[in-house]
Amino acid sequence: MAGPNSFYGPLDPAPDAGYVDAPPRMGFFTDTSVCIGCKACEVACKEWNAVPDDGFNLLGQSYDNTGGLTANSWRHVAFIEQPGSSSGGCGGGCSSGQATTTPGAFAGLPSGPSASAHSAAVASQTVPDTGTAPGIGPAFDALAAAATTSSILDKSGSSQFLGMPGSDLPGRTLDAPREDFRWLMMSNVCKHCTHAGCLDVCPTGALFRTEFGTVVVQSDICNGCGYCVPACPYGVIDRREDDGRAWKCTLCYDRIGDGLTPACAKACPTESIQYGELDELRERAAARVAALHEQGVSEARLYGNEPDDGVGGDGAFFLLLDEPEVYGLPPDPVVTTRDLPAMYKRAGLAALAMAATAVVSFLGSRS
Amino acid sequence: MSTSASSSSDRRRSSRRRDGAATSSRRRGDRSMVPPADFRSYYGRPIVKPAPWHHDIPAYLFTGGLAAGSSLLAAGGSATGRPALRRAGRVTALGAVAASGYFLINDLGRPERFINMLRVAKPTSPMSMGTWIFSAFAAGAGVAGVAEAAPLLPSSLRHLVTPLGTAGGYGAAIVAPALATYTAVLLADTATPSWHEPYPDLPFLFAGSALASGAAVGLIAAPPAETAPARRLAVAGAALELAAGHRVENAYGLVSEPFHQGRAGKLMKAARLLTAAGGVGALLGRRSRTVSALSGLALLAGSIATRFGVFEAGLASARDPKYTVVPQRERLAARGPADAPKQTPADAPTPPAGPLAPGA
Repeated sequence: MAGPNSFYGPLDPAPDAGYVDAPPRMGFFTDTSVCIGCKACEVACKEWNAVPDDGFNLLGQSYDNTGGLTANSWRHVAFIEQPGSSSGGCGGGCSSGQATTTPGAFAGLPSGPSASAHSAAVASQTVPDTGTAPGIGPAFDALAAAATTSSILDKSGSSQFLGMPGSDLPGRTLDAPREDFRWLMMSNVCKHCTHAGCLDVCPTGALFRTEFGTVVVQSDICNGCGYCVPACPYGVIDRREDDGRAWKCTLCYDRIGDGLTPACAKACPTESIQYGELDELRERAAARVAALHEQGVSEARLYGNEPDDGVGGDGAFFLLLDEPEVYGLPPDPVVTTRDLPAMYKRAGLAALAMAATAVVSFLGSRS
Repeated sequence: MSTSASSSSDRRRSSRRRDGAATSSRRRGDRSMVPPADFRSYYGRPIVKPAPWHHDIPAYLFTGGLAAGSSLLAAGGSATGRPALRRAGRVTALGAVAASGYFLINDLGRPERFINMLRVAKPTSPMSMGTWIFSAFAAGAGVAGVAEAAPLLPSSLRHLVTPLGTAGGYGAAIVAPALATYTAVLLADTATPSWHEPYPDLPFLFAGSALASGAAVGLIAAPPAETAPARRLAVAGAALELAAGHRVENAYGLVSEPFHQGRAGKLMKAARLLTAAGGVGALLGRRSRTVSALSGLALLAGSIATRFGVFEAGLASARDPKYTVVPQRERLAARGPADAPKQTPADAPTPPAGPLAPGA
């Protein structure tokens, strides 16, 4: 069934995978502009799919104590506290001279600089035990540290005193004045890529393409080789340590086959998570972006909706209010198997060189 | 505010300087022209996940390469009438294949299900292709290795076993180059930046490493009268390993950086020294059995260090979002503003500076 675009490019994945008369491709549109960070999606997902707990960590990353998508967290709500205008964290590095930009939708709201930069800088360097491998990795170079106004090693800061009740969060540094502030929230999930790296590299066939164009792990086949984990350009799929197998969002394969809405979308109180036919969701998303732009939210943009992007478009795509990497998403993901033919070619050349070297070494002289 | 701004920018500038010092050459040549690695991330957390593999996998990269290299040595010895090379090569290949099998199965999350690897043959999965390559190689190398016990058998059986061993040995040698190089594709076919980007050179690095380690077996085990081809193989293998390694470590800009830092940096440096020493020793130690054996040991150790170094560098590149974000940002910028996401003031690399908004 392999077509010219089977590795890369626009494609309808279910027919390409061999389904005859496949139903329309289903997916998620996650509109982060209306996400309120309630985490109902995380809870509903765990309840329906019987996903184990992920360690009950306190990460100091705003209200995010999940940390990221793991084998034990198939939905993850990210919280980003952002200075809306001037603040530390910019330093001399960023281009100055830009006017203060209060995003229109946030004008007049109580706001200030990130309240948890200190604790984020410390917490990001710890490794919360999620019961999965690799789980949530420690951060190499916590940018949060750069966003704080004093060294995290500097114990002299009087702001560490936690005894007096105040209106601010514990650990907040008070050496910066309150300013414009916005709070970004996003419910992250498996993207169910058109060209899914995890599915491509799975050596057992445990990962498969469903008739809805989604990507699902068959847990009775997976032998825990772990190859899908580094293959995912979004860092979604992960391996459970006690059980040894890889797990991720199934887009509720057991629900959508019966015409039900996936648990997370069903539980979302603001319709930030919308489930439906992908074509329709793309139209709805385009209209939503246009509406937001009209309202002055010029930074609204879609992520993962283009069928000609590096993964052939995502089955689960997003409306974001900042650059993707701010939410922990790669800015330009490309499915690794795009380059696989070239890789095999280079390996073939190397193999030929190796064989030729051996032959020449032995033919050199019959001493 | 100004003090806060300068202190944070100082910290970043110093980290930039570290980056520059660690990388000997960058894509744009002139270090001072390299744009600062400024990027944004979600609390500094990684974007892609590092492979959940333990030391079994780099150990297998070595034993797989050793099996491939030594089976080529054995086939050469068999074809040119050098029984000591043949015997050492076949026995080593058998041992290395057995160790490889152990490492591969032990690293699975569900080792008892290793047989599921044989459910499918999937060209898009280098691991699936590798399973079949490894199985074919193991069959040949197994027969050839066991056939080395022929002298212990009664003569009637010996006549049966010896030709089988020869066939198995040649069969394994035919598959060997694929066995030695598919592992490079295995690592490269991931979203791990420092494994994926150097994919043009990684197979040559692994091929050189496999040749050097296979030849090392000949240097260690065979009498000087038989080692001439093993020497040539060792020198060629070491040269290939060093040349391809130099490319991997330096030619890929930012994603070459992890090969110079931390544990990966130490391992790659050790690999360079050991491989170079082994290659020189193989060339000069023609008359001394001791020098030959030491050169062989250095080549083996160099090959081990190369495999673990490449493995560690990849994991390090996955653990730091910098190696995911910065190259992708450069890619977007190179594609031009038409393709780039709409630029708004909020899209600046860091939040813009400016006076407070009125009324905030």
